[in-house]
Amino acid sequence: MKKIIALVLVLVMSVLAASAMAETVKIGVFEPASGDNGAGGKQEVIGIEYAHSLTPTVEVDGTTYDVELVIVDNQSATDKAVSAAQELVDAGVSIVLGSYGSGVSMAGGEVFADAEIPAIGCSCTNPGVTSLCDYYWRVCYLDPFQGTVMANFARDEFGAKSAYVLSQLGDDYTTGLATYFSKAFEEMGGTVVSEQFTEGTSDYTAYLTNAINSGADIIFCPTSTTVAALLIDQAASMNVTLPMLAGDTWESSVILDAAKGTGLTICVSTFFDEKDESSPQASEFVQGFKAWLNANPDKKTNNGGNDIVAAVSALGYDAYMVAIEAIKAAGSIESTAIAEALPSVAITGVTGSISFNEIGDANKDMAYIKKANTETGAFDFVKTQTVAELAQ
Amino acid sequence: MKPYKKIIASFALLALMFLALYFLEQHFGKRSMLITVLKKGAIYALIAVSMNLLNGFTGLFSLGQAGFMLVGAYTYAVLTIPMARRAAVYQYYDGGIIPFTAPAIVGILAAGLLAALIAALIGLPVLRLKSDYLAIATLGFAEIIRAIIQWDTLGPITNGSNLLKTYPTFKSVIPVFAACALCIGVIVLLIHSTYGRAFKAIRDDEIAAEAMGINLFHHKQMAFVISSFFAGIGGALLAMYQGSLQANAFKSSMTYEILLIVVIGGMGSISGSVIASFLFIACSEWWLRFLDTEMYIGTFKVPLLRSGFRMVVFSAVIMVVVLFFRKGIMGEKEIWDLRRPRRRAGKEAGR
Amino acid sequence: MFDKILPYLLSGISVGGQYALIAVGYTMVYGILRLINFAHGDIFTAAGFFMVYMVTVLPIQIAIPLVVALTVLLGFTVERVAYKPLRSAPRMSVMISAIGVSYLLQNLMWYVTGGLAKQYPTIPWISQSVTIGTATTKVVTLITPVLTVLLVIALVAIIQNTKIGMAMRAVSKDFETAQLMGIKIDSVISTTFIIGSLLAAVGSVLYFSNYASVTPTAGAMPGLKAFVAAVFGGIGSIPGAVIGAFIIGICENIIKALGYTTFSDAFTFALLIVILLFKPTGLFGEKTSEKV
Repeated sequence: MKKIIALVLVLVMSVLAASAMAETVKIGVFEPASGDNGAGGKQEVIGIEYAHSLTPTVEVDGTTYDVELVIVDNQSATDKAVSAAQELVDAGVSIVLGSYGSGVSMAGGEVFADAEIPAIGCSCTNPGVTSLCDYYWRVCYLDPFQGTVMANFARDEFGAKSAYVLSQLGDDYTTGLATYFSKAFEEMGGTVVSEQFTEGTSDYTAYLTNAINSGADIIFCPTSTTVAALLIDQAASMNVTLPMLAGDTWESSVILDAAKGTGLTICVSTFFDEKDESSPQASEFVQGFKAWLNANPDKKTNNGGNDIVAAVSALGYDAYMVAIEAIKAAGSIESTAIAEALPSVAITGVTGSISFNEIGDANKDMAYIKKANTETGAFDFVKTQTVAELAQ
Repeated sequence: MKPYKKIIASFALLALMFLALYFLEQHFGKRSMLITVLKKGAIYALIAVSMNLLNGFTGLFSLGQAGFMLVGAYTYAVLTIPMARRAAVYQYYDGGIIPFTAPAIVGILAAGLLAALIAALIGLPVLRLKSDYLAIATLGFAEIIRAIIQWDTLGPITNGSNLLKTYPTFKSVIPVFAACALCIGVIVLLIHSTYGRAFKAIRDDEIAAEAMGINLFHHKQMAFVISSFFAGIGGALLAMYQGSLQANAFKSSMTYEILLIVVIGGMGSISGSVIASFLFIACSEWWLRFLDTEMYIGTFKVPLLRSGFRMVVFSAVIMVVVLFFRKGIMGEKEIWDLRRPRRRAGKEAGR
Repeated sequence: MFDKILPYLLSGISVGGQYALIAVGYTMVYGILRLINFAHGDIFTAAGFFMVYMVTVLPIQIAIPLVVALTVLLGFTVERVAYKPLRSAPRMSVMISAIGVSYLLQNLMWYVTGGLAKQYPTIPWISQSVTIGTATTKVVTLITPVLTVLLVIALVAIIQNTKIGMAMRAVSKDFETAQLMGIKIDSVISTTFIIGSLLAAVGSVLYFSNYASVTPTAGAMPGLKAFVAAVFGGIGSIPGAVIGAFIIGICENIIKALGYTTFSDAFTFALLIVILLFKPTGLFGEKTSEKV
């Protein structure tokens, strides 16, 4: 009897879900809103939402479709990401944007590939996101590049000969970036001591002591922002003077808040700089985005309570614009048609020009390096680094 | 009913179930939420039944299920990743050191066998412990297994703590149901055998069972190994369902979830565990989803609804079941016993 | 050499003190109810969140005692709602109820906070840095072990010398006989939970002042480790739990110092299993015999 009731319930629910269809195209937003990467995921989402507010419709074959964003929370965890991805598939999205964090993107990618829905990664930098999934593209650079950039920066800026590298077990972003940094640093003749901590660790004093005792010149710790806050706080109370270097996740107001007034040296590599005025698209975006944030208090809260433009917001914006172009190019809102059209899409985005190589990665070759100003609580621009410069 | 009639009836029911599944899949599509829930529900049903075999039928309070699922899932994934994809998956370990790719079915069997082997080794010391000491020792072993799999030095085999993917998965719901139904069928037969009766005797009174000539350790070890074998297979199926795999997800909270399913279904009821699994998965993945999204009736914003509320309601319901419906959905009964209450009642009274 | 070890020892002793304050709650509850209170770690986390939300409206001097009071109330309520109705049920049911409470509390905290880490308020003086020899650390690191030992001495004194303490000892010796002798079991059990939650709240203030952010699962690991400490010291024995906690805290940091960071958590569990197998009653536990 119970089985029969359950079955009837199932049928009723699915019929309800199948109704409600209109002239809309759904774009899935696959981002963490909670968990270790929640803060960063929210910043990426507001970039996408801002783009959506500017381009809320798309014209396909003479019909104007309203774009509807379907936002799900993948909770920064690979197992939860699978459920979240299935929710998007079930909602009938044509294309997916996200995610912040490589592990969740790799986990979700399998679901999207199975459903033949294309996905555009905004700030997931691990090579495995696209190389292991035929339906994933991305608009940012990759970890082998980012790791090399930071290794070069460590040598050039701080004259570092040895590095202490700290990463999180079971997090593909941090282990990936840490590995590529170590590789590049060792190829330049440096020595590396690397250690890993487990998820949920609160006490980093032993790791910091290990860093000091290992005689390292710098600490490279590309962790999530949640860990970063703890790490910075403990480094400050232990009076650690070694420079701390990290990747794109650390370009966040969480880091600025934690580092304010500590006197630590913190440098990060990232995708975008709001003060870079060389590109008209970027300047226009920065102006418009700041105004939009200030007009929408809840969005501003999601940005960490200020109107500093994070690189991930810019990437979210670009990813949305690429998706719109792809829908236009496909001339259809069918996900398979969009997937076919995506590889040849090219736009000039706010983070530079975007076109894809055969693996699905954007041909991007420039990283921005910034330093946390512990007095003003903002990031100071240090330099840009390109692939061509590294080759020399 | 006569025995042969019973067998025919069960086979007819099974055939009917698969026919229904086939039509549901054709009608709603392989990627619909209904089919997704059915897939995951079936896998959880197998895992819950394997846990029930230990906790409900043998009275061994083990909390190591996630560890054995982890072993199974990793065994399957490591063995079946195609050679062409290994370089990309094992990107930090030069493609890993496993020089071959096994077919999926071999992978699944190996998953069960390795989980069983590890259970046999762990069982030797821990099964001498009693009740809550056993629970925490198995919980501890599950955590140790997780740490070992995440160990960097084993990276060429396990890919360290990083994600595994691109191994073969299933697209349709039919093979999942077939695999789970087969495994659960085997467990049902086992429970109805003399071994099953010995397990129940141990649960009801260890000392009396021993006095009756049941070799305590031998039977406990057997229940533990068989349960872990099926947990390993369940882990492999779960890995296939998810499409990607990471040791990090197999924490003790996963064991707790399965334990709660067993309790909701009724300790010592196979059909209870199966029903509870489907309900649990459907509620957590599907029916309660609306609690997570903000809703407006006209201009009135329904209070409390936002991300995370689903899990609060869900865990509150579980607490109510644990506190007020302690026997769960089925108690110790089975769904096929419900049709003859009088005979059953007589038996109960005779105990 | 000592210069290099000192920082590890300091943080080991401090971590040990924090574990000790949680472990006492586990060991007392186990001693009396024979229940592994899986929700204890979550009560500890909840205390952290009480503080986070309390300081947004109240000055810190008022917030701290209020946080302690609220945590005690939470511990008391959990016992009354989730454990008391199951007093005559099998032990397994109570343990499952404890797991359910833990699941509920974690999900509730996830919901309230939106699943994001919250910054713990800085408490004046104890959050400052201080230098001892070659090591620089927070003042709270030094206070923790001292405060822990003082609190535990006070607790042992209460249990040895007061009427309620005597009742507790009687109940933990023999539940049923104590009941027959006219001891009000329910109030003894409630007192146990109140003391356990109080210490957890104090532990939470010390812990989160040291590691300044709170997440819904922040208490899970310290909770588990404190539990291992309780088993290690002999579950039911308060001094045992404290000594066990200090040993685990120090060992953990030494393992990290040796470079086996991946195994610092696994080590704790390995220790647990070794203890269970070779000396199931722990360092100071009493032998119990199974009755037919």
